[in-house]
Amino acid sequence: MKSRSATRVAFEKKQKRKGVAIATLSTLLVLSALVVLVPQAPGWTKVKNSFFNGDILVSTFPSLLKAFTLDIAIFLWSLPAIAILGLLIALCRDQKSAVMFPLRMFGILYTDIFRGVPVILTIFLIGFGVPGLGLPRPWNSPYIWGTLALVLTYSAYVAEVIRSGIESVHESQRAAGHSLGLSHGDTMRYIVLPQALRRVVPANMNMLVALQKDVALLSFIGPVEILRQAGVHKSLLANFTPYVGAAIIFLAITIPATRYADYLLAKQHRERS
Amino acid sequence: MALTKLQLIDVHKSFGDIPVLQGIDLSVAEGEMVCLIGSSGSGKSTLLRCINLLEPIDNGQIVYNSQEISEPGLNPQPIRQKIGLVFQSFNLFPHMSALENVTLAPRRVLRQPKEQLFNNATELFTKFGLEDRMNHYPDQLSGGQQQRVAIIRALAMNPQIMLFDEVTSALDPELIEEVLDVLRQLKRQGMTMILATHEIGFAREAADTVCMLDQGRIIEKAAPDKLFSNPEEPRTREFLSSVLKN
Ligand SMILES: Nc1ncnc2c1ncn2[C@@H]1O[C@H](COP(=O)(O)OP(=O)(O)O)[C@@H](O)[C@H]1O
Ligand SMILES: [Mg+2]
Repeated sequence: MKSRSATRVAFEKKQKRKGVAIATLSTLLVLSALVVLVPQAPGWTKVKNSFFNGDILVSTFPSLLKAFTLDIAIFLWSLPAIAILGLLIALCRDQKSAVMFPLRMFGILYTDIFRGVPVILTIFLIGFGVPGLGLPRPWNSPYIWGTLALVLTYSAYVAEVIRSGIESVHESQRAAGHSLGLSHGDTMRYIVLPQALRRVVPANMNMLVALQKDVALLSFIGPVEILRQAGVHKSLLANFTPYVGAAIIFLAITIPATRYADYLLAKQHRERS
Repeated sequence: MALTKLQLIDVHKSFGDIPVLQGIDLSVAEGEMVCLIGSSGSGKSTLLRCINLLEPIDNGQIVYNSQEISEPGLNPQPIRQKIGLVFQSFNLFPHMSALENVTLAPRRVLRQPKEQLFNNATELFTKFGLEDRMNHYPDQLSGGQQQRVAIIRALAMNPQIMLFDEVTSALDPELIEEVLDVLRQLKRQGMTMILATHEIGFAREAADTVCMLDQGRIIEKAAPDKLFSNPEEPRTREFLSSVLKN
């Protein structure tokens, strides 16, 4: 005789197989409907030629990839700056004593302002504004100031994420640290922050994905990164396919990163429940 | 008469409009074990937190080794090193091993060298029968073991006074005894201790003095034999019968 749990496992397996079969079937149906129906649209041939031109995709792809390395470079060197600034702002906002009131006020203002202004506006204002002061080379480069704009905006978001992590650590942990004679600074550094930062890893992963995409906004002020490069191709070839190529390159990075962030989040939920 | 280690003089404390401590007078001699009893909300935890300077008091004085420590503006850190506090909910640091929990404060505050840190900690873990759990993380330990690690963590600072806030209340009944044994051991060594507790049997056996708290006042204070067998206040009698019934 089969045991009860074995029966349940078998039942769940069957349910799962059934679910997979239904999902596959419905996906196939939707896809074939798209493949059959979309080309029937009157403008399809035109769209296909200007957005999905295979020859153009192949010929422009290598230069897009090359331009994308600039995106990655900007992304990589803004990361540590965002992490450090975000942490400092979060710590400013966490100050509770009256003496530290100006710091807390600064933290609040900072996060309110940089989260309240659209990224592209900050990029325009700083990326065009500061070089406009007539600084000597290389300090007049929009590349530097545009990146700074990204750093300022993203550190405001990261600061809020870290602050939520800090607040999620129970007050009794701080009390335990203080009762041992540890200073505020040591209690934060050794007890609160390690727990807080661990909790906000998934949220910060999503931030990374958003940052990776927003680097492309710098194309509006100068650096020839991928979006700008795609725009150059578009003008020369009078064809939009390079944009599709750029989108493919972004997705190759952002989809795995998003999946990974979701995986981390799900893991954390499982661990806590 | 033994030396007075700690003295509370007319201590008052409110949270907003709610008075929680309303004139506490208490004197604790070196090596004395004082048990605080009283129903939930009577102010036991607040009193212990005030002695550890986790909460500032509104009025009155706390005197430790003839130094007033309740003075506003005084740096609480050096005092807290001398007065250990153990919590009902253990409050171990979950991201550190038992050993790291114990060595953090001696390392950062007392600046003990590595070797001394390790030797002192090992000695304490061995003394309380946890030498094989030093590298475990809190979630790998039973409640009783966690609470013993929390006590070791406080002892590693070489405190002069230990405060215990219902340290067995969160434990399953079969784990309570191993923690009470640690307290007995400390008592034998002459540690000065103040305990908030609902363990009437233990208080009767081990305490030198028992204080009955009610609405932020010590309404009755006596040796355990006297207070448990022949309480004077009707409120104490009521409280004891309600605790002993459960
Ligand atoms: N941080 C706080 N803020 C406001 N009220 C508090 C706080 N801590 C304790 N209290 C109140 O003080 C009273 C005494 O609490 P407590 O000292 O925890 O008593 P006990 O430990 O004897 O149960 C309770 O009414 C409680 O609600
Ligand atoms: Mg309490």
